[in-house]
Amino acid sequence: MTYKKKNQIKNGEKTRRDFLNILLSGGFIAWVGAVVYPLISYLRPPQVEVVKVNSVNIGKITDMDKDSGKIIKFGNDPVIVIKLSDGEFRAFSASCTHLDCIVQYRKDYGQIYCACHNGRYDLHGRNISGPPPAPLAKYEIAIKNDEVTVYKPSA
Amino acid sequence: MKETFNKKIYNALNERFQLDNLVSFLKHKSVPKYRNTIWYYFGGISLLLFIVQVATGILLIMYYKGSEDLAYESIKFINAKVSFGWLIRSIHSWSANLMILAVFVHMFSVYFLKAFRKPRELTWYTGVILLFLSMGFGFSGYLLPWDQLAFFATKVGTDIAGQLPFVGDFLLKLLRGGEDVTGATLSRFFGLHVALLPGVFVVFLSLHLIFIQRQGMSEPEDWKNKKESEKTTIPFFPNFTVHDLLIWLIVINILAILATFFPWELGPKADAFVSAPVGIKPEWYFLFMFQSLKYIPAKVWLIEGELLGILGFGLAGLLWVLVPFWDSKTPKGKRNKIINYVGIFAISFIIIFTILGYLLD
Repeated sequence: MTYKKKNQIKNGEKTRRDFLNILLSGGFIAWVGAVVYPLISYLRPPQVEVVKVNSVNIGKITDMDKDSGKIIKFGNDPVIVIKLSDGEFRAFSASCTHLDCIVQYRKDYGQIYCACHNGRYDLHGRNISGPPPAPLAKYEIAIKNDEVTVYKPSA
Repeated sequence: MKETFNKKIYNALNERFQLDNLVSFLKHKSVPKYRNTIWYYFGGISLLLFIVQVATGILLIMYYKGSEDLAYESIKFINAKVSFGWLIRSIHSWSANLMILAVFVHMFSVYFLKAFRKPRELTWYTGVILLFLSMGFGFSGYLLPWDQLAFFATKVGTDIAGQLPFVGDFLLKLLRGGEDVTGATLSRFFGLHVALLPGVFVVFLSLHLIFIQRQGMSEPEDWKNKKESEKTTIPFFPNFTVHDLLIWLIVINILAILATFFPWELGPKADAFVSAPVGIKPEWYFLFMFQSLKYIPAKVWLIEGELLGILGFGLAGLLWVLVPFWDSKTPKGKRNKIINYVGIFAISFIIIFTILGYLLD
């Protein structure tokens, strides 16, 4: 076997060394791929199936005081239910549209309030002051035989 | 263009961190080349497997839940739902076992090559501590899936610790977080496995590696009277490093094959009110001790047999660890055959009792 010296190799000619380099670096890249692909798939959390909730019963009309609000679990989502001073029920998504904090009903303001950054919504869920960029999503209320049920708004 | 760019970076770093010293150090570092050079790779293999353990362990923590109610379910979730979750768990379990094996081979080779002799006593001691920590990793990690085998292995293991005189009762409660193996034990073992042990391990591992870099590779006994020119060595960098990498590649392949084709199993969930399954055994690296305890009669004179066995192993272990102290011949350049006999006895004992443990119930 004779090896050509460096200066004897013509331009563009492939040498044994080039071949090995391609083989090794190709193999290395393939190996990295074989490690990185499972790694990234592993890190992506699998979809956890959540039982789909379409309605939640929150008890009798009399269970809630007038002029008060409470947070209920609607599947995985927090929902704020407000009983106005005239006895009317309203429900909104309780996740602030600003940065996802959970809002509360403030009797003293007569408004929905987000404590994180002083966001305020009126009692129709409209953002009226502070940073929230959008209104709270509305949920529907149905009252049957004095039982209050919160419904997901029909899309 | 590229060359000068790399050069520039090197110069900039060199100016700040004096890389030249490091480079000349690496250039001069060499490894003795003779018939036993093969054994010099096992420390590196152990290190590789430890790195694999850290990487896969971090991945497992992302889904594992260390509580009595959720641990088993979270492992099931990793096995069944997470993409490649079964693979990561299988690699972690296999790599743990291979690491213990590599550490044992490393220790015995260092022992027989008398690499523990002056000036390398501290490297030996830190190595022994690393072995014990590795076994601690194995023991604590074994409980985490919270399956039946794990539960009983931990019951038995902590019970043995509880039989030690004076400190036994305290140790038992300390390990279990109460009288029995419960969720409290799981929490403690989880903390040990992912926080305390890794922290302590890294400290001793760093010392171990610094000692080796500082003193260079141990040379065989009979090189003592050789002239420098008669010694055959290979440079640590790049020759030995390239060999090292090649061996790492082989080990990674073995690991991948084992983990893929023999995925680690998960038994039924631990239940404190279910009988121990027939033929239950500890992990293989504890098996020789477990098996030999079975042969000791319940009472020897006035001492309980079990306790005698445990103390015996403790004493033997201590003598083994302290070998640099009682080996007075080797440092003087004489052959110390007793060392070899003791080592051969230890290996035969471990192998015979491990086999017995597997063959007999």
